Amino acid sequence: MSKRILVSIRKGLFTVERCGSGSWRIVNADFLGDNVSLAIACRRSGSRYAALDHGHFGVKMHRWDDDVWSEIATPAYPPKPEGLEELDMWGRPIPWSTVRIWALTQGGADQPGVLWCGTLPGGVFRSNDHGNSWLMCRSLWDHPKRTQWTGGGADLPGVHSICVDPRNSNHVSIAISTGGIWFTGVGGDNWRLHGEGMRAEYVPPDLAHDPLSQDVHCLAQCQAQPDVMWVQHHNGIFLSHDGGRNFKEITEVKPSAFGFPVVVHPLDGNTAWFVPEIKDERRIPVGGRLCVTRTRDGGKTFETLTRGLPQEHAYDIVYRHAFDISSSGEWLVMGLTTGGLWISENEGDDWIEVTHTLPPVYATRFA
Amino acid sequence: MAEVIFTANIQRFVECPHAYSDGHDVRTVLDDIFRENPRARSYILDDQGALRKHIAVFVNGRLVRDRTTLSERVPQDSRVYVMQALSGG
Repeated sequence: MSKRILVSIRKGLFTVERCGSGSWRIVNADFLGDNVSLAIACRRSGSRYAALDHGHFGVKMHRWDDDVWSEIATPAYPPKPEGLEELDMWGRPIPWSTVRIWALTQGGADQPGVLWCGTLPGGVFRSNDHGNSWLMCRSLWDHPKRTQWTGGGADLPGVHSICVDPRNSNHVSIAISTGGIWFTGVGGDNWRLHGEGMRAEYVPPDLAHDPLSQDVHCLAQCQAQPDVMWVQHHNGIFLSHDGGRNFKEITEVKPSAFGFPVVVHPLDGNTAWFVPEIKDERRIPVGGRLCVTRTRDGGKTFETLTRGLPQEHAYDIVYRHAFDISSSGEWLVMGLTTGGLWISENEGDDWIEVTHTLPPVYATRFA
Repeated sequence: MAEVIFTANIQRFVECPHAYSDGHDVRTVLDDIFRENPRARSYILDDQGALRKHIAVFVNGRLVRDRTTLSERVPQDSRVYVMQALSGG
């Protein structure tokens, strides 16, 4: 089991390691002072990938091999056809340019060089050579429904979740805020809309059940039971037992069904964790008490886990990529917008504070 | 021949020394520079070849307004500054 976590924050990429039972510490800081939006480690190759947002100078990708970070190719949008007018929901031209890298996922076990990348304003890219080059999935970008995607977490639509089916590496599901869940069965060459059964309260009633209108905050697929997929949605929690085609809403979740991240146990699809917030006009923990909710029975019941977490005047948010689970399902990590980093070594029953002095944490990933 | 000077802030990410170009407009001047220094291109231009949102280019002290086609003339012996806006935190 990995004893290392990559923590992507507003001011760098921090490496946290376990140095004994219940004891974790920051052992390294890369890109100090720079905005690292997301970093992952590839278990097979040992490589790490980091997406940096230099603001003025744009988004850049780096790869770590043999203890050295090197800049590699950044997914780039194709030339926009001359005369093409595409407007976003605010009436502004949709940029054909990588504004943010919002999802990075390694390909399946039989595709060792494959990486998937999701971006704002909605392009999905595939690399077949460990990130040395990228190909945009044009069939998705050129899909006529793409221009109906809208901003959710940002002004522009963004692909934040990419799930590669462990049974078939060409079966890939993505989630868009806001544009629902899309699936390819052929490695990205064509895509179709999934996600029947989700419900959106923030659109007119006749659009509420339109799969295209769904603001999925996070999509998670169980590795041992890949037909089980969990969604933390703007409206609540949804569960699929058929690989994302159909969902049912999980209601009666206390203290709240609103939040951003979800993680599912790698070996047990009935077990999933969430970080609830007061929905959506406030977005702070209910009662100022930070907690994690856990279901072990497919959403029939939820436990509220608080041991070790601040229970007064806590106004933290956990971003959708800032919650992760180890390959065994035993350890959890979450990073907070207020700079806290918390780890559980017993499936969320107890939480250990690693630090509370970081800048906002964007992503955590076991490495 | 125009002299091109880059902001000091970019040097941390990609080395951009003073450079010279015979280009006659902003596009051809920058293309000249990027031919010699291809990594610098994506730091200055977006995927469509327009100036990045917070990049400002000055030709002889005048701010370049045509940020998309970069067609503004660069007279001989001009000084071209490639700067970044002071924003963010």
